[in-house]
Amino acid sequence: MSQESILQVKGLRTSFFVGGNEVKAVDGVTFDVPKGKTLGIVGESGSGKSISALSILQLIDSPGEIVDGEIKFKGENLLDYSAADMRKIRGNQISMIFQEPMTSLNPVYTIGQQIREALKIHRGLDKKDGTEKAVELLELVGIPSPRQRVTQYPFELSGGMRQRVMIAMALACNPELLIADEPTTALDVTIQAQILELIKELQEELDMSVVMITHDLGVVAETCDYVAVMYCGKVVEYADVNTLFKNPRHPYTVGLLNSLPRSDVDQEELIPIKGTVPAPHEMPDGCRFAPRCPFATDLCHSELPNLDDLGKGEQVRCWIYTDEWDGDPEVKVHEPEKRTSED
Amino acid sequence: MTVFIIRRLFQLIPVLIGVTILVFLMMHATPGNPAQLMAGENAPPETVELIEERLGLNDPLPVQYFDYVTGVIQGDLGTSMRYNTPVIDEVAPRFLVTIELAVYATILSIFLGLIAGIISAVRQYSVADVSIMIIALFGLSMPNFWLGLMLMQYFAVNLGWFPPTGWGSPGQVILPVITLGTAGAAIIARMTRSSMLEVISQDYIRTARAKGVKERIIVYKHALKNALIPVVTVIGLQFGALLAGAVLTEEVFAINGLGRLLVDSINNRDFPVVQACILIISVVFVVVNLLVDISYKFLNKRIDLND
Repeated sequence: MSQESILQVKGLRTSFFVGGNEVKAVDGVTFDVPKGKTLGIVGESGSGKSISALSILQLIDSPGEIVDGEIKFKGENLLDYSAADMRKIRGNQISMIFQEPMTSLNPVYTIGQQIREALKIHRGLDKKDGTEKAVELLELVGIPSPRQRVTQYPFELSGGMRQRVMIAMALACNPELLIADEPTTALDVTIQAQILELIKELQEELDMSVVMITHDLGVVAETCDYVAVMYCGKVVEYADVNTLFKNPRHPYTVGLLNSLPRSDVDQEELIPIKGTVPAPHEMPDGCRFAPRCPFATDLCHSELPNLDDLGKGEQVRCWIYTDEWDGDPEVKVHEPEKRTSED
Repeated sequence: MTVFIIRRLFQLIPVLIGVTILVFLMMHATPGNPAQLMAGENAPPETVELIEERLGLNDPLPVQYFDYVTGVIQGDLGTSMRYNTPVIDEVAPRFLVTIELAVYATILSIFLGLIAGIISAVRQYSVADVSIMIIALFGLSMPNFWLGLMLMQYFAVNLGWFPPTGWGSPGQVILPVITLGTAGAAIIARMTRSSMLEVISQDYIRTARAKGVKERIIVYKHALKNALIPVVTVIGLQFGALLAGAVLTEEVFAINGLGRLLVDSINNRDFPVVQACILIISVVFVVVNLLVDISYKFLNKRIDLND
């Protein structure tokens, strides 16, 4: 990374220990979040993207556990922090919003009480100042008549409004990093666009860095500067968003893009990725994607490739881009003839 | 809120009418002529007739019921056949003793039950959790007269720490309250545990953690208030069981409460007193459940009490 990173995750491993078995949900994940930018983490359900996000704030519940790795926030490893120090980071310097706005707010406390809580913990604001700030925050996230809203309960608000409240709560203490875990998945399409727009605006206004967890490449295209593509607990590709969409490297990324309707390329048809994600207990020895990969060779099936730097901030975990590649040397992963040449 | 309470008070009226009808009919359904009982087995028929006349036993049932209800409203619960005194004078002092016993036992069971349930839930599957749940199962399945006798044997007779019987001094209060409160504490502990476990895995608990809230505050503020809703229901229902349990506890510890009066009066066929006891117990039960309904509103604003 040429730019300064606000968050550097290195070799993060988070496992769940169920009945004596270790399920490696996040298996050596590495990514950078450049300051003031948005990193998208994309992947299917079960790829470990949400667990990675929760690991950053150490919000993993038992039987889950962070086994190994480094999570450096502004140069300091959060995994070395005590529980009390970690609490000072949460909701203060790093905030998080979640997938389910309908269930993420406490039903028995008012919107105002819930926003005030973070302000009280981290800023020591009393009820009066806290309420003023809460009204300000609700206004900031575009909630009409905020002064009435602070006394309302979550059930009195729609899903989109609740997600705005969640965002207001997350922004209460001017965090430097906002982690958004599928913030729009549970919302109507029209509301989705509004929420993404809002996050983007606020990011610029407040100079925040954002980690956007999503399974939706459309969301990535709209909001992210950099993208980490995850598959089975590992990052398989990391690149800036333009490179990723124009010149995807990993066959999985290519597969994802081929299965997505796009307006920027000429598509004959949508091509699904064959097969399914392997279950945690039957993880292949080699490349996790090998069983579904159209280019897989013996090497791919037997040995796991590293996440290699291709220069210009591009990283990919695939044998094709290494000297050891034993398949067709002319393999064309992303079929460039299908792309328009307008760029 | 006020509107709701007033509305609910009005809704009590049909319930109370139902209760009085049942209590009233119960007396008439039981075999034996109360007038004969009052006069004695060998009394001349004229005396019996006289008593029947005086008690209005020859009137049609609806008239008798109306007289009865009018009396109840005016605080006249009839005359004890055994003592020939107004029932209210018999019942009132006994009622206060039982209420005292029931309230102390409820406080004990809420206090113990909540604490044990919270500890169990927060440390699920720990030694503390397993021990608490075993003790709770024990407390739940133990008949309270047996528990009472055992406590009395050990703490009153063997150790001599407390007087074995009676009511009034602090020492006399402890054993009966433990006897009566144990089952409730066990039920509340189990309910609190399962309710807390459900709440702790909710998304909003994670949200609170993500805000940097301390674990202790998450448990007592964010989780407990949500978890209390089903627990409060159980507490309300438990109070009814407690009043029934009080009958046995009072017998065991020779406490002159309503329960004991009820048992004695049944043995003596003193129907007006039996009637009054049952009426009072029913009214208390109904009122406690009204209070439970009202408390829902404070716990969860989403519950619309106007429906």
